[in-house]
Amino acid sequence: MADIDAKIQAKKRRNRLLFNSAAITYGSLIYLFLYLPILIVILFSFNTSRMNLTFQGFTFDWWGSMFSNRTLLESFYNSIIVAGASTILSVIIGTLGAVGMYKFEFKLKSVLSNSLYIPIAIPEIVFGISLLMFFSSLHVQTGMVTMIIAHVTFSMPFVLITVRARIAGHDRALEEAAKDLGAGESHTFFRVTLPCIMPGIISGGMLALTLSLDDVIISAFTNGPDAKTLPIKILELSRRGVPPDAYALSTLMIIGTVVIMLSSQLVQNRMLKKRGEETVSP
Amino acid sequence: MDQPIIRLTGVCKSYGDNEVVKDLNLEIMPGEFLTILGPSGCGKTTTLRMIAGFEEVTKGQVFLAGVDVADKKPYERDVNTVFQNYALFPHMNVFKNVAFGLVEQRIPKAEIKERVQAALKLVRLEGMDNRMPSQMSGGQKQRVAIARALVLKPKVLLLDEPLGALDLKLRKQMQHELKHLQQELGITFVYVTHDQEEALTMSDRIAVMNAGVMEQLGAPEQIYNHPATRFVADFIGESNIMEAYVDSITESGIKCVMEFGDFTIRRGDYADEEMLYICVRPENLRFTAEPVAGFNLFGKIKEHIFMGSICKTIVKLPNDQEVFRTAPPSDGLLPMDSVVHLSWRPTECSILRTKEEQIYNVIESSVEMEGFDARQIL
Repeated sequence: MADIDAKIQAKKRRNRLLFNSAAITYGSLIYLFLYLPILIVILFSFNTSRMNLTFQGFTFDWWGSMFSNRTLLESFYNSIIVAGASTILSVIIGTLGAVGMYKFEFKLKSVLSNSLYIPIAIPEIVFGISLLMFFSSLHVQTGMVTMIIAHVTFSMPFVLITVRARIAGHDRALEEAAKDLGAGESHTFFRVTLPCIMPGIISGGMLALTLSLDDVIISAFTNGPDAKTLPIKILELSRRGVPPDAYALSTLMIIGTVVIMLSSQLVQNRMLKKRGEETVSP
Repeated sequence: MDQPIIRLTGVCKSYGDNEVVKDLNLEIMPGEFLTILGPSGCGKTTTLRMIAGFEEVTKGQVFLAGVDVADKKPYERDVNTVFQNYALFPHMNVFKNVAFGLVEQRIPKAEIKERVQAALKLVRLEGMDNRMPSQMSGGQKQRVAIARALVLKPKVLLLDEPLGALDLKLRKQMQHELKHLQQELGITFVYVTHDQEEALTMSDRIAVMNAGVMEQLGAPEQIYNHPATRFVADFIGESNIMEAYVDSITESGIKCVMEFGDFTIRRGDYADEEMLYICVRPENLRFTAEPVAGFNLFGKIKEHIFMGSICKTIVKLPNDQEVFRTAPPSDGLLPMDSVVHLSWRPTECSILRTKEEQIYNVIESSVEMEGFDARQIL
């Protein structure tokens, strides 16, 4: 009896070991698949060779030349300006929209609220073409401003939907309590409503920022000769082989994105933790 | 006599065709603890919200300290509210929550600090300034909510089922604390609850509401001992309600006949054949082996239910109606299926009559209830 028991136990252990190693291998492969390309970009930004086929030696040259590559840097600044401006605008418009839909009942509310998903669902190429047609029919010269407007149109619905999800769980009695304690409409909004939905606004804003930073298609239709964002510029350059200083810039952007993402999550988690709500994991 | 601090005259509230509050007239005196009692959906919370300014009055007027507040926003009214689910600001600690209203009033920082500390001391939460609401128990949150409202020194504190979310023991304790607080501060409390026991323990006066109508207004003893309507008799405490009609009126009294017996009441301006509803509290119902003069009612003991400090005995009348009595278990239990005679003291029953399709109370013994005329109420 004991012998059979031991054998069964041993078999169970073997099976578990097999399963665990399979799971670990599978997980590693997935992550390798996700992160290897990114690691290669980082690695080749330190490669002495111009050709990105083999790693020939370590150098900081490309990082140095990146800072003197005026067109590349300019497109980087453009990206920052477009992303910053469109994020701020879409956060303001989206938040006001979400609060308005929460506070007021009006006709066609459900139609309006469902139509928010159209810009999200529509193919970007269609969206890009229609924006271009729109601007040219108004005889507006495409450039930074048109790009910012275009980015607001596609990122604002994301902000609105995220903030609205946050407001849905909001206790209306909080606003009543604020008014009961003597706060007028604006104080009630800024001292109670806004702080309560802030975690939603931050997530919405982060979404808008990342969407804007890596948008290529819509930017390609709405940019101008003197206003190209970094993704557009890199795409242009890559037709003739990507220069290694673009790798350096890409690495910088990866680091920047990770830092922004982690810090926003940190801020959000601190807010949520203070209020005893569930935190978001990075 | 002081002027009422709150006066509602002909107040109506409707949502579309749905009338939630119907022609409510109520005067609340300074320093009074008034409870609005009723089942859910009776319009009690709506009434409170109209006083606070969260709901507009459809018809009628609300006066606070003699001033019509029709066009005053909640933040312009000198009343503060303790909400059912506390409604503490989740992003603020206890100190900031309590200081919220003072900050709105632009009071100097030093004074805010002083007053917040005093308010926290009042509700026994000293040293909790930096706690976040999420780190507190229900009872503590409730105290913060009370401190937050009281720190503004309102003339009237409105409380909307403030103890509803607490467990029984804590609720009892908070009832006492609230009552003491109210007596100590001398503030008018308008308290909304569906818990009749809570209302009876705490209030100076109770307004009983049902389906948007105030059915009775009076001191807890009046409400309990002399319910004005059948609803009040049923809702407040427990009642045995028996239907009878007037059979004959003679010198010695009025003979009331039920399906299965009769009894005589001494006086009252009842009409012949009039339908009456006799309400007897279970603790006032008496069972005897021999008939009592004036009563000819009997039934069979059906069940004894032991309930700790009291024992409930259910008796089935010949018409299958069940009535029950509560008494200390030490009184001894009659055997099951034994026949008992029912009686009560004339002063211990309420007689309700139907008039204009309303069932209302005629106080039989006006001796004990001087200054209280049930006829005026309904």
